[in-house]
This record gives sequence, C-alpha cells and structure tokens, in this order.
Amino acid sequence: MISGTARRRAQDLAFQTVALLVLCLALGALAALIIDVWQDGASRLSLDFVRGFPSRRAEQAGIWHALMGSVSVIAVTTVIAVPLGVGAAIYLEEYGTRSRAAKLIEINITNLAAVPSIIYGLLGLGLFVRMLAMGRSVMAGGATLALLALPVVILSTREALRAVPMSLREGSYALGATKWQTIWNQVIPVAMPGILTGLILALSRAIGETAPLITIGAVTFVSFAPDSLWSPFTVLPIQIFNWVSRPQVEFQANAAAGIIILLLLLLTMNALAIWLRDRYQKRGLL
Amino acid sequence: MSTPSRPLGPSMPSLSGIATRDRTPTVPSQPPKIAVDGLNFFYGDVRALQDISVNIHPNLVTAFIGPSGCGKSTFLRTLNRMNDIIPGTRVEGQVLIDGEDIYAPGTDVVQLRRRVGMVFQKSNPFPKSVFENVAYGLRINGMAGTRSEVAGRVEESLKAAALWDEVKDRLQESALAMSGGQQQRLCIARALAVRPDILLMDEPASALDPIATQRIEELIYVLKRDYTIVIVTHNMQQAARVSDFTAFFWLGKLVEHDRTDKIFTAPSEKLTEDYVTGRFG
Repeated sequence: MISGTARRRAQDLAFQTVALLVLCLALGALAALIIDVWQDGASRLSLDFVRGFPSRRAEQAGIWHALMGSVSVIAVTTVIAVPLGVGAAIYLEEYGTRSRAAKLIEINITNLAAVPSIIYGLLGLGLFVRMLAMGRSVMAGGATLALLALPVVILSTREALRAVPMSLREGSYALGATKWQTIWNQVIPVAMPGILTGLILALSRAIGETAPLITIGAVTFVSFAPDSLWSPFTVLPIQIFNWVSRPQVEFQANAAAGIIILLLLLLTMNALAIWLRDRYQKRGLL
Repeated sequence: MSTPSRPLGPSMPSLSGIATRDRTPTVPSQPPKIAVDGLNFFYGDVRALQDISVNIHPNLVTAFIGPSGCGKSTFLRTLNRMNDIIPGTRVEGQVLIDGEDIYAPGTDVVQLRRRVGMVFQKSNPFPKSVFENVAYGLRINGMAGTRSEVAGRVEESLKAAALWDEVKDRLQESALAMSGGQQQRLCIARALAVRPDILLMDEPASALDPIATQRIEELIYVLKRDYTIVIVTHNMQQAARVSDFTAFFWLGKLVEHDRTDKIFTAPSEKLTEDYVTGRFG
C-alpha cells in the first residue's frame, strides 16, 4: 500500500518535471528567437526606418509601405471575416438543426481550418483577382485572408457560444424573449470573451501570412503605401522575405528590424483584443 | 400584485398541521386555469409522458410529486412550451390555458411564455445587475415605458418577491454576488415583473438551505392570491406545506391528482400511499 503511494507520487513528480522541461524548451526557443532578431535588427530601428520607403541602399530603406499594406489588408480581412464568421457561427449553433447536412458542414469547416494557406491563395487568385476583377489590390488580399480566417473564426465562435449555459437561455425564453433577443442580450455578451479570443487567433494567423498573398500577386517591390482599397500593395512578411533573400548583409539587419515591427503590430492587435475582452468580462460580471 | 409589501409568513401552516388543516374543501367551481387532455410527450422515440389529463385550478398551488425521472418536470415544461427548445421532442394531446390550446398552430409562444412565468431548479440570474435582471423582461416585451415606470415595476416586483428590503441599496450590483436564496427570489421577481397569470416552479428550493427554503415557501403562500402556481418538488413535506392540490406522477403517468390533504392522508391509489408514506421513491 505505502510503496504504491510512493510510486504514484514519483510518477506525479516525473510528469510535472517533464511538463516543466517542455515548457522551458518552448519558451526558451521563443526567447532565443526574439533575442537574436533584436540583436540583428535593433540598430536599424528608428523613426526613419518606420516612415521610410524601399531603397536599393539598405541604410535608407524603410518599411512604411509594407506596414500600411499589412494594416490595410488586415482591416479588410477583419471587416469581412468577423461579421461573416460570427454570423455563420450563430446560425449554425443557435438556429441550425442537428441534421445530416449540418454535420457535413461542420466537418467541412473543421477541414477548411486545416487547409494549407497557399490553397486559399489560389482560390483568391481565381475568384477575387481574376473573376471579380479586383486585380492585385488590397481588397483582393484582404478578401483572400478573410477566406483563410473564416473557418477559425466560425469554429472558435461556435465553441464560445456552446459554452454559454443552457440555463441562461432558458431564463430568457421563460420571460417571453424571442430567440434573437435571447441571443443578442444574453448569449453573445457572455460568449464575447471567447469570441474575441478566437478572433485574436484567426487575425494573428492572417497577418503573418505570406504565401497566399504572393500567390495573388502582392508585389514584392512597391515604393508607396496603399492609398485606396484598389491599390497594389505589399505586406510586412513579404517585405521581410524580400530583404532576407538579398545577398548584402545590411539588408539582413533590415529584415530583422522588419520582424520586430511585425511582432509589435501583432502585439498591439492582441493587446487591443485582450483589452476589449476584459472590458466585456467586467461588464458581464456587473 | 396588489399590496405586494404585505408582511409575510404569520399564517404559514406548520408541517404538523397537514392532517387537520382545512384546505380547499371541494374542487373550485371556476373553470380550470389549465386543462390538459390526453397529453403524450416524446424525447425522440421515448415516451416520457403517457396520456396525462389534469385540470389545474386558478389561484391555488398545485404540487407535482414523484420519484426522479417520473416526468413531473417534463410535464411542467410542456405548460409553457419550454420543451420546444430541446431538439427531437414531440407533444401530442391538448393543453388549454384559459380555454385556448397552446399547442394549436399559430400560437405565439413568446406571448405564452410571458403569461406563464417559470422559475428553475437552479437559480439562473443573468450576469447583470439586480435591477437589469428584473427590468429585462419588461424591456424585451416592450413593456418598458419611462425610466421611472421601469424603476417602479422593478421595485414592485422585488417587493412581491420579498427581496426589496435586502437589495434596495444594491440594485446596481451584480446579481451573481447575492446568496443562493436571494438569487432564487430574484428569479421569482424577474418572472413576476412581466405580470404573468401562471407561475411554474421547477423544484425552486431544492438547492437552498432550510431557511432560504422557508422564505420561498412563505412567498408561494402569498403569491397564490394573485397567481396560479404549479410547483414541482421531490420533497413531500414541501408539497404538503405549500400546495392545495397535489398530483403524483409515476413512470410518466399521472397516478392521482386530488386535494393535498387527501393525497397525504387518504389517497385513493395504493401506489400513491406507498410513495407518500416513504415505502419507495
């Protein structure tokens, strides 16, 4: 009996140790990456770099065009993917029946979330650039990334809606609320933190995407920031890739600095979403 | 909801008084508030309720008793069509409320649920303020007038649920911060705010301590002057204390429905007697 307990304790401790090691490995790799990038790129970071445009001379090159490209594309993606994705999830979760067709749709959405992003690039090229004649524009790029983000938005929103207790819905229905009143007043506010978490994940993935945008023809050398939805554009990952592939060592520093800017953009987006989420959580508790 | 601030409790009967207390001596002469005829209920292929027929009388408390899984909660939920939101369920038969079949095609379920309020086993206040919990029903039903009208209705409802004195200084605090008993009374206040005729209560005190339970029972005793109350309980003493009529359910069937004192002292069915004397269940 006693030795059995000792053995189980040892197992417990062993597992805890392994879990800790794995965590350290993951965080360590991330830290090494960030430190390395910082060492390479910090010296290039300056207001001129952020506000600058591409140049053949590495020390004069900047990233403004790509930063603005990324921001515009992700804005288009958000505007398309969030209402469509959240709306589809609400329909599937709250209105849809548990029919065979619904199950088929569910499986397909799950599969879509795992489709390689370049496939979405090909779809975007065929659908938006050619068929809808959007050209190689910010609009086409944002729409393509929206396709990519949609399955993740739908899945995570459904998950968040499913986590809202049935008793809350019943309480609302029992007072004579319609389905929509129940969803809007009770379900969505409670699900909001979960929905926002899903949006963070989906949009963070989209902003780092390169392959689908190259596929639809985002140009690797643009010397201006997009001034409309129909402008040609480039985005940060493409610009970074462009610099990395150059032989001159000075451009490597630019690439590292570009990565830092991309990370900052990502962190800003996440911080905004977390701030929104916390606000909803507080409101939910009041 | 006249004089809702009337003091509670002095006339509460005690348990020992069941046998001798004179309750509603005969079946009331008014037409039944709820008349159920030949009701069958199915979860998928499983028939959960079999051929239930019962009349529920206005301004009295009817208790549904029976062992777990006997269908008493399911039956309660057919009375405001709450089962509609569970996929794969089906109803046969007739439920008349004030003479109208609530399962007739074209019935406005939203309007029905406003008239037939419900309080659940586990209190389920909305994660909002005390005030907003009570005002919610008014807002969604388009009954919210001016600010002061809403405030008046909220106060009136909280008083009717005997909660006003405890929460009047914390109306803007979260409903989730209140005790279990207060939360349940808030759910009652919330149901009363939309002025229903009928109040369905699904084991409203089963998760509460004895003192909170007593307060709910006192409340039921007062509320029946204005409402027709149907309460599901697995606690037979509670049924005996609060109800005028009692219906005993067994395996999805209604075994017996009679005056509460009769059910508990001289039931017609052997099964009822065995159950109320604690021989099974």
